[in-house]
Amino acid sequence: MDLLVQAALNGLLLGLVYALVALGLSLIWGVMEVVNLAHAEYLMLAMYATYWLWALGRVDPLVAAPVVLPLFFLLGWLTYRVLIRRVLAAPMVSQIFATFGLLFFLRYSAFAAFGPNVRGIWQSHLAGSLTVGPWYVGVPQLAAALVALGAFALLWLFLNRTKTGKALQATAQDRVVAQTLGIDVEQMFALAWGIGIAAAALAGVFLMPFYQVSPTVGDAFLLIAFASVVLGGFGTVAGALVGGIGIGLVENVLGALIAPTFKLLFAFAVFVLMLLVRPQGLVGE
Amino acid sequence: MKRISRRRFLRYGGAGLLALSGAERLAAWASAQEPTIPIGVVYPLTGALARIGASIKNAVDLAAEIVNTPHPELEPLVLARPAGLPRLRGARLRLIWADSRGDPATGRAETERLIERERVVAVVGAYQSAVTATASLAAEAKGIPFLNPESSSPKLTERNFKWFFRTGPHDVTFTKLFFDMMEDLKKRGHRISKIAILSEDTEFGATAVGVEKVFAQRYGYEVVATELYTSPPASVEAELLRIRRSGCDVIFGQNYLVDAVLITRTLKQMRWFPQGLIVHDAGWVVPDYLQTVGDDGNYVLTRVSWALGMGRRKPLVTRVNDLYRQRFGTDMDETNARSFTGLLALAAAINEAGSTRPDAIRQALAGLSLPGRQLIMPWEGIEFDFRGQNRHAAGLMAQILDRQYKVVWPFSLAEADIVWPAPPWERRG
Repeated sequence: MDLLVQAALNGLLLGLVYALVALGLSLIWGVMEVVNLAHAEYLMLAMYATYWLWALGRVDPLVAAPVVLPLFFLLGWLTYRVLIRRVLAAPMVSQIFATFGLLFFLRYSAFAAFGPNVRGIWQSHLAGSLTVGPWYVGVPQLAAALVALGAFALLWLFLNRTKTGKALQATAQDRVVAQTLGIDVEQMFALAWGIGIAAAALAGVFLMPFYQVSPTVGDAFLLIAFASVVLGGFGTVAGALVGGIGIGLVENVLGALIAPTFKLLFAFAVFVLMLLVRPQGLVGE
Repeated sequence: MKRISRRRFLRYGGAGLLALSGAERLAAWASAQEPTIPIGVVYPLTGALARIGASIKNAVDLAAEIVNTPHPELEPLVLARPAGLPRLRGARLRLIWADSRGDPATGRAETERLIERERVVAVVGAYQSAVTATASLAAEAKGIPFLNPESSSPKLTERNFKWFFRTGPHDVTFTKLFFDMMEDLKKRGHRISKIAILSEDTEFGATAVGVEKVFAQRYGYEVVATELYTSPPASVEAELLRIRRSGCDVIFGQNYLVDAVLITRTLKQMRWFPQGLIVHDAGWVVPDYLQTVGDDGNYVLTRVSWALGMGRRKPLVTRVNDLYRQRFGTDMDETNARSFTGLLALAAAINEAGSTRPDAIRQALAGLSLPGRQLIMPWEGIEFDFRGQNRHAAGLMAQILDRQYKVVWPFSLAEADIVWPAPPWERRG
């Protein structure tokens, strides 16, 4: 029982981070139906940004977030303006190749700029663990999970309580109608990219206190983010949240109970099962 | 007496000097025309293992330089004194580097390219056992000697290959160290009976797990948990939870860098540490490991083939390391010390062969006999058995104490006293 609770706790915390990574993927798909294969590369770049802020200026990740976030919002925005806008009308295959190319461009730029070394930070304010009875919670993981929850709450408020947020939702539902209503669809697309990339960056910042970055770190997260999006439901914000937590729980609980060797297998078995049984995802319509 | 006019003096002198410098240039030109010996070197130069690949490259380049240029100060190191290979009239080694990217298929393709296009006479590589396995397959097919200095999968020398040679120890030798050390610890009154294994799941990890289980049975220990994961893992919490619950006394680990850091941090968060965390070098001995985890890395026990601390008994180790440090700004490590030695062994064999024909080199390798005093390793020497395994390859156990790797076992060779059991996290400073 102790084991189960502890595994669930670990799964929940990690799942929230997965959710934050999946959020951007889901949002961008939801608003303009583009699969961003380069999504996890932005996570990687944000991890590097956090690392260098810390390595060169001893800036703690806690403090780095307000710097990194706007930067990556801008980067997302720019990615849309410079690249995605041009392939929006192109066939799906072209879009996939465009983001796939972007993936390689970003990854090998990182190789060129930072080298292949694995880099990690130490002496962050976010360190150690809390003990609750027989269980423990890692402080950096807890912080990352709380930040993820906060980000989801803020985004929910933004989407449902502000005019821009509602315009974004309208664009997602039907871009032609949205356009006739006077919504600047182009701006909404760019906004979705900005928010989506910033969310991945936020996850990157808070991963740094307990994970390490290398140019290929995205591999560990991209597939999981995809699985989360499918599990939760394509294109919805709530879906990313539910999906991320779901994958984290499946991976950790089944891993701890049966065999950790197969934890990714469990996660992707659930992914396949969901596609067969309920292709719209847990909270999709 | 006829006075030599200043003008004639200048003219003659100038011509003489010119001739002299011309002769020097001619000599230089002639020596450049001396045949070089192309040797293929395959290592992970990019990708997740590039860090290790880079340090191996430094050491192998340095070894080639020591062979190619006179280094009398490094006597009695093999081939240090002469320039080039004496039996090949001073021919120099020319290393041709290829990048395996840490991938078995690429490693094999690159080895084929080295052999077919670059016409190398021998190949050295390739760090990871999985890559060495495929790369050496290419060399075997083409009939080119393949020398492996640092892969540790025992299977590599059990394939009845004719062209494969390994100078370093393998996991059977290394794993035996773990158990012999634990037996010695038991004689000191410690109770150790249950083992958990936490390992990455490729050739390196999976093979070591098999060897560990065989030894556990032979020595009468119980393996209470075996957890394999794919490196790099997103987390190792599920694995360590199960291991903690298994009630093990020690954890055996085969882990790469990201994994090693993650394991250390997760153990700290769990506020749990076994009596001993005993690991097969890999990620645990990369300098970045201690840089990232700092004091949290203390008390980890790792097998090593080499340690700088050996310099006290073997001054040659310090002298070579000083040269390396001067060149690259860091110390050698136990991985690239093996790579360094591997290239020297190959050079010695080519010199013995007195020929660059692959079959002559193979024969020279098979009959090679280098005494330990000519090496920087703690071995009695290099002599290959019929499988191509160096029969003298052995290892040591080191413990991280105050952020330094100290040889702690065999007790007779120890530079520091082993700390066993490792203190719990609360009692660490």
